[in-house]
Amino acid sequence: MQENLHRFFRAARGAGVHVSPAESIDAMRAVASVGVADRTVLRDTMLLTLAKSEDEKKALGACFDLFFAHVDPAQAEANDETQQDAASNEAQAAPPPGQPAGGEANAELGPLAQMLLAQNTADISAAIANASSAVGLSEIRYFTQRGLYSSRMLETMGIQRLRDDLDALTETTPALAERLQAGLDGLRDTVRDAVAQALALYGREETENLRHEILRNAQLSRIEPRQVAEMRALIRQIARRLRERYSKPRKRQRRGHLDVRRTLRRNAAWGSVPFLTAWKRKHRDRPKIVALCDVSGSVARVSDFFLLLIHSLHDVVSDVRSFAFSGHLIEVSEILERKSAEDAMAEIMHKVGFGSSDYGSSLVDFEKQFMASVTPQTTVIVLGDARSNKLDPRADILKAISERAKRVVWLNPEGRVTWGWGDSEMPRYQTFCNVVRPCATAQQLERAVSDIVSAYQ
Amino acid sequence: MADSPAPSSAIASIAAVEAGLAAQGYIASRQIATAVYLSQAIDKPILVEGPAGVGKTELAKAIAAWRGLKMIRLQCYEGLDEAKALYEWKYAKQLLYTQILKDKLGEVLGGAQTLHAALGQLHDFGDVFFSKEFVEPRPLLQALLEPEGCVLLIDEIDKSDAEFESLLLEILSDFQVTIPELGSIAAAKPPTVILTSNSERNLGDALKRRCLHLHIGFPEQRLEERIVESRVPGISQTLRRQLVAFIHDIRTLDLKKQPSVSETIDWARVLVLLQAAELGHEMVKDTLNVLLKYESDIEVALPQVTTFVAKAQRQNIFG
Repeated sequence: MQENLHRFFRAARGAGVHVSPAESIDAMRAVASVGVADRTVLRDTMLLTLAKSEDEKKALGACFDLFFAHVDPAQAEANDETQQDAASNEAQAAPPPGQPAGGEANAELGPLAQMLLAQNTADISAAIANASSAVGLSEIRYFTQRGLYSSRMLETMGIQRLRDDLDALTETTPALAERLQAGLDGLRDTVRDAVAQALALYGREETENLRHEILRNAQLSRIEPRQVAEMRALIRQIARRLRERYSKPRKRQRRGHLDVRRTLRRNAAWGSVPFLTAWKRKHRDRPKIVALCDVSGSVARVSDFFLLLIHSLHDVVSDVRSFAFSGHLIEVSEILERKSAEDAMAEIMHKVGFGSSDYGSSLVDFEKQFMASVTPQTTVIVLGDARSNKLDPRADILKAISERAKRVVWLNPEGRVTWGWGDSEMPRYQTFCNVVRPCATAQQLERAVSDIVSAYQ
Repeated sequence: MADSPAPSSAIASIAAVEAGLAAQGYIASRQIATAVYLSQAIDKPILVEGPAGVGKTELAKAIAAWRGLKMIRLQCYEGLDEAKALYEWKYAKQLLYTQILKDKLGEVLGGAQTLHAALGQLHDFGDVFFSKEFVEPRPLLQALLEPEGCVLLIDEIDKSDAEFESLLLEILSDFQVTIPELGSIAAAKPPTVILTSNSERNLGDALKRRCLHLHIGFPEQRLEERIVESRVPGISQTLRRQLVAFIHDIRTLDLKKQPSVSETIDWARVLVLLQAAELGHEMVKDTLNVLLKYESDIEVALPQVTTFVAKAQRQNIFG
């Protein structure tokens, strides 16, 4: 049972439930005290000791059902029987005459062949279980390993010998050989199922990680439509991480600087004898962010993600004002605050999206209406490719902004190589930015935003 | 294996937990009973999460009443700190004692010729004022000092600051606290610790790891009927069934705050008080504000009342 529990813990990790060694010890102790007789109690016990949130409970519950559905010998037998029945139905009619012949031949056959001919399902499933632990089936990670593991398992079970037996039998007793062939086919299926199930149990996390890793480093502008939903989930994950990291209280004690007034007040009860000391606190700057997001046709595919990220910025930072522009510029803070990400994005794209970009006139719009929102504490983030269709870039306005603001950060979805080519005005804008970053993948996006927020910590 | 004796507890089985809690008027689901049993068997705190009003706090009360233990409750809020939760020095008493003992001190120190000698003598009894007599135990320390053991309820842990969580870790895993001047104080008998949370913020992994995690959701129809039966004795079976069926229908609506078990019980009491034998449209409409706490929720629910009442009545005939 202990072995089974260990395998289950590994499967649980595969299902995305975080199981630390300490938790697995707890689970072991719990199981020792409730026993394993009652499946539902065992399930409850696992859910109580291992899963630490509702999502995890769901995942672990599913994992438990999958895992113990197969381990249960009674059920495994039932499964095998149905498979064997199907495999040997046509063979069943023939055997009676062949049976005694088989009995004679059995002596020279290998153990696997004998097992298959005897149709001893308990033995077969035990052999499969042995083989799977011998080849380390629970180490399976990727779907590409399925073939490798099934052939290894079959080899461990002695398929080589079985093939020899089969060849020999075809010449001597064809009827028996036919039965053996059917049995072998059935065995192959069973092994393949076992491997597929193991992959479902143990490989999930790894596959997910791999896919995320690829997605994180994929060019935002070249993401296929079917990946968009996943990408959004990923960006939301990034936003959540940022929120957890940076939404802590922005106070820090300054050890060593006594706050005399607060100390005296606090100790008034015992005649101002300073038993309790109060220390001066340092208030950190609250992050103030002004985000300008290009939503024109040239960056349309990326701007989706930019907007999503700005939307999540609104959760992390209390003081964000965001603007979207293509030909002209509008404020979108309220839309982003009020609506869900999808609705907000749709509305913004409907209002200003997909035009041809004109950085000059957009900056003029900003200067006229919103220049007051830029203060010496503000970080200005511009998300765009700086392709202004050969119109006047009005870099002077960006200069004015950068003089007022704490920092100007420009995130460009294009690689550095293309800056300055064609209608890109990046070199001119670059002069007035504190930080310029290419920002083509989710990972770069995360790093950039993390840098911006951490500057205020 | 199932009947192996649990190390430090008298609870025999999960069924015994269920029966014991039921005797206190708390109808526990199988999950809850398993959690309580396990927390005794392997000495672990239980972290209970779930929406407001499903009986998280009640569970602690029921356990305390059933086991005949004292219940110590620590209500968490923002800004709760060590001094309010764990222990505090009785400054005033310390001050008073030094004043009273001034003469005595003079005597003791009188013999010393030099400053160094006086200091040396002072060191010898310097710890007098930082001894157990001057410690004011707050709920957490109280719970550890209780000789018979107790039920410690740390309510709404999610309302406290993240720092406070770290403070709890030592208590939760080792049932001891460390007071720098006195050393570690271990529990006389490990208390049964119940932490509750409304998931207002995510708790740290370190805290979660040390607890059994129990999620109490809204109960199933059968279970809720049993809860109402035990909590509101005067209610007729017909009304009880209709009422619970109605509430289960209400919970399918998109509401700001779903009515929870405590609201079900309140409502049942109201209906009993109004001497209702059956659920009626008018009566439901008049008393809906017991069940729903937001004006907008009542507006959402009102048009559905007739349908749901009719459905509940039908169900009663066939069910």
